[in-house]
Amino acid sequence: MAETMKLEIFRYRPEKESEPTFQTFKVPFHEDWVVLDAINHIKDEIDGTLSYRWSCRMGVCGSCGMMINNVPKLSCAAFLKDYYPDTIRIEPLTGFPVERDLIIEMDDFMTKLTEIQPYIIRNEGEEKQLDEGEYLQTPAELAHFKQYSMCINCVLCYAACPVYALDSSFIGPAAIALGQRYNMDTRDQGRDARQELIASHEGIWDCTFVGECSAVCPKHVDPAAAIQRAKVSSTIDWFKDTLIPWGKKK
Amino acid sequence: MSTYHRHVPNTWWLQRRPYILFMIRELTSVFVAGYCIFLLVFVFKLTEGADAYANFMAALKYPSSVALHLITLVFVLYHTITWFNLTPKILVLYKGEDRIPQGLVAGVFYAGWVVVSIIVALLVLGV
Repeated sequence: MAETMKLEIFRYRPEKESEPTFQTFKVPFHEDWVVLDAINHIKDEIDGTLSYRWSCRMGVCGSCGMMINNVPKLSCAAFLKDYYPDTIRIEPLTGFPVERDLIIEMDDFMTKLTEIQPYIIRNEGEEKQLDEGEYLQTPAELAHFKQYSMCINCVLCYAACPVYALDSSFIGPAAIALGQRYNMDTRDQGRDARQELIASHEGIWDCTFVGECSAVCPKHVDPAAAIQRAKVSSTIDWFKDTLIPWGKKK
Repeated sequence: MSTYHRHVPNTWWLQRRPYILFMIRELTSVFVAGYCIFLLVFVFKLTEGADAYANFMAALKYPSSVALHLITLVFVLYHTITWFNLTPKILVLYKGEDRIPQGLVAGVFYAGWVVVSIIVALLVLGV
């Protein structure tokens, strides 16, 4: 008889229940199946009403993040064999409101991501025209921030962050890491524009350096390091402004 | 559409090992601060004369005092080691395109710790 595994899945169907429940499904066990394969099996063969997000199946799109045994993971990168023969408990990412089953509402993250202005900002009148060529950058300059540019917005880091779960006003790991990514980009001149938000209480100073955002990041972005580096540079700003106010740039 | 908001229990930090370790790290700050206050009291007793200092030193030899110091030592060691291990996240250094290994950054702090400890030990032992 073929081997099977049990998946205990969080269900929330707002049209028929006010509180979520857990539903257990039995799925075939295959060595090469990931949790997403098992959930797709449930959707296709057992219960078509199960709702969740997924797309690329290869850790690029960042849409299939779930709590798998209470750890935020991309379900396309979590192999069943790592849990076999135990039951796997699957829930929507922690810290976010749940729309339906495993689907979270990401509006708060999208708003914060927009507010952090994650794109190259140039000073008025200093933007190059197309015929003037590229903004040149050395490989060493690129190396300083490249890691932070690998973010796929999967929000696993938010789900791992207890600060965000307890206080959703926190800007959060991915948005701050992306802000830091542009602040460190030699082509960018928008640090001052981002600083008000990044250096605010809801920004870097809300972070208590739990470090789990970096531990769960599937792209090794290390947002915890980005936040701590932003703390260092913001502290240096404060000392410069306080001790040598006449040197403060406009 | 009505979304469901999950309540975060006060015991959230017991749900995963990394959170427990984090909370212990936060708790160790109390012991570090406590020992700083102890050192200030120690210096203050020195200023109060030989008798006050001798009484204070005698009190430190009580088993309860020794036990408290041993517990504090464990927490301060935990505090030191966990923070030293986190320094590479704060001090991200590059040599050209290559990042200086995280182990090396933390290693410098450990080496400094060993050197300072040896100096303190030599001073205490009066060598």
